[in-house]
Amino acid sequence: MLKEKRAADIEKVLAKYPPERKRSAIMPLLYLAQEEYGYCSDEAMREVAEIIGCDPTEVKSIVGFYTMFYEHPVGKYVIDVCDDLPCALRGADKFVSHCEKKLGIRAGQTTPDGKFTLHTVMCIAACDRAPVAQVNREYRYDLTEEEFDRMVDALSQG
Amino acid sequence: MAKYYGTRNKTMDRHVLLRDIDVPDIREYDVYVANGGYEAWKKALTSMKPDEVIGVVKDSGLRGRGGAGFPAGVKWSFIPKDVFPKYVVVNGDESEAGTFKDHQIIDGNPHQLIEGVALCAYAVQAKTNYIYLRGEFYEPARTLQRAIDEAYAHGMLGKNVLGSGFDIDIHIHLGAGAYICGEETALLSSLEGQLGQPRLRPPFPAVQGLYAKPTVINNVETLANVPPIVLNGAQWYRQYGTEKSPGTKIFCVSGRVNRPGNYELPLGQYTIRELIEMAGGTIDGRPVKGVLPAGSSAPILPASALDTRLDYESVQAAGSILGSASFVILDDTVDIVWAARKMVRFFKHESCGKCTPCREGTHWALKLYDKLLSGRGTPEDVNMIGEVAGQMANKCFCLLGEFATSPMLSTLKHFRSEYEAFIARHRDGVMNGYTDELIREGVIAGPDGIVARH
Repeated sequence: MLKEKRAADIEKVLAKYPPERKRSAIMPLLYLAQEEYGYCSDEAMREVAEIIGCDPTEVKSIVGFYTMFYEHPVGKYVIDVCDDLPCALRGADKFVSHCEKKLGIRAGQTTPDGKFTLHTVMCIAACDRAPVAQVNREYRYDLTEEEFDRMVDALSQG
Repeated sequence: MAKYYGTRNKTMDRHVLLRDIDVPDIREYDVYVANGGYEAWKKALTSMKPDEVIGVVKDSGLRGRGGAGFPAGVKWSFIPKDVFPKYVVVNGDESEAGTFKDHQIIDGNPHQLIEGVALCAYAVQAKTNYIYLRGEFYEPARTLQRAIDEAYAHGMLGKNVLGSGFDIDIHIHLGAGAYICGEETALLSSLEGQLGQPRLRPPFPAVQGLYAKPTVINNVETLANVPPIVLNGAQWYRQYGTEKSPGTKIFCVSGRVNRPGNYELPLGQYTIRELIEMAGGTIDGRPVKGVLPAGSSAPILPASALDTRLDYESVQAAGSILGSASFVILDDTVDIVWAARKMVRFFKHESCGKCTPCREGTHWALKLYDKLLSGRGTPEDVNMIGEVAGQMANKCFCLLGEFATSPMLSTLKHFRSEYEAFIARHRDGVMNGYTDELIREGVIAGPDGIVARH
């Protein structure tokens, strides 16, 4: 149960908002749930709803609206590569094609061993360092195909 | 300590905002204080009334740096004095394609932002304040949280700051991937735990904002301007920039240039051409085809506008908007139809779905661009793109829908012949290098005959 496992974190999150405005905590709590369960499972959403005191359907609508909440299980490493215009002007499309080839999957898919999920994403505010990606929300700047291969090989070992 | 983001392009002897260029470790509390940090905060708390802080910001002429360019001091003065609580909410949703200035401020000079929030909070007498950062700013958020913790530890935030009797709290709130949350009322909805969809105005946030209480919403860069203004005065600030666009501004340069990055410059002093030169010129010295002055949402300017000065009025007179000053540079190797499709795809993905013209319009517009890109386009499709955009313009609930028409209408206006040439070149399913992208996005089937679904 999230409530037991992350009690201290939940308390910290709730303290940020007025007590009668608990609903503001819905997104931070979903991040906690996602850290625990890997994605926003039905169970995770029910738990968040219970903490907030709202209907699980309302939590589900939030999960559906925001792209960073996953409705389905994802790989251990989620790789988000930007292929928006500024990055694409610096070779992002070709770079994504390389990522797909290296991982043996298409963007939007997860490797069969459950290690990697590859997403293409809209602008992530680092256009001067393209091609740019985030691995589990941590930036990787100025990527080359060789660097990507090395990164994937290293993460595969771990 | 999280890693530092930013390019160190020295454009001024002393930067006003990107002070991490002059003082590399200014993200550390001690270094910030040793370089005059929190002096403005002390000055305000010990010797200025809240209204005096509003007054100096008003006199400075500081305009909102998020896009709209509304005078910050005037915005603050709209906050009613007799309604409590009130809030300051910082817009750090930085999601416009081509924008990465707030990223560098947060990572490189976080205390100046915190001090700016504190000064704004004092000016309008808000005790609880939120910095809304896009969810992808998970790492920058850690840097900022660390700086906030330091400010609390040194008594710059918290209860009864410096014995003034003023209590202040600053919290970070992370979004989760939605461009629309950069729209101020959508941001408030998101912060309240709702879908990030815009609200009807009026009532404006100054009257009914967060939790229906008076709220100031300012961009990260706007508030980072406030400490030097309060410390040095409005006249000092006005030494930079023009009468109507005072101060310095961070210009994000990306795309087909040799040294993309952030460049802080006094407004109105340089031209777009000079900005491109500062960024190392175009790759291989190719001619510029077009420039997007504010990412995807600003109308494209053709090469003939390169001598436009970099201030709000001049860019507007040239037929676009300065907005967040995110300059995406396109050279003559760039296919305009492809570039326009990228931008339309962005808006289709980011449409919040609340109003029909935007939700349906971006959907159908993208379908038309898909058709062009996959080599099945006709001249009627080009007309239809103009029609769809025309149906959306001035009919959307918020500015996102209006922005979405920019890449369509402005490229048609300046580069219509390129659309025609594109259709001639990409006949009978000939795609010339776009195959991988289109398979990936599920526009056409892959070699296995399967159309990808998302």
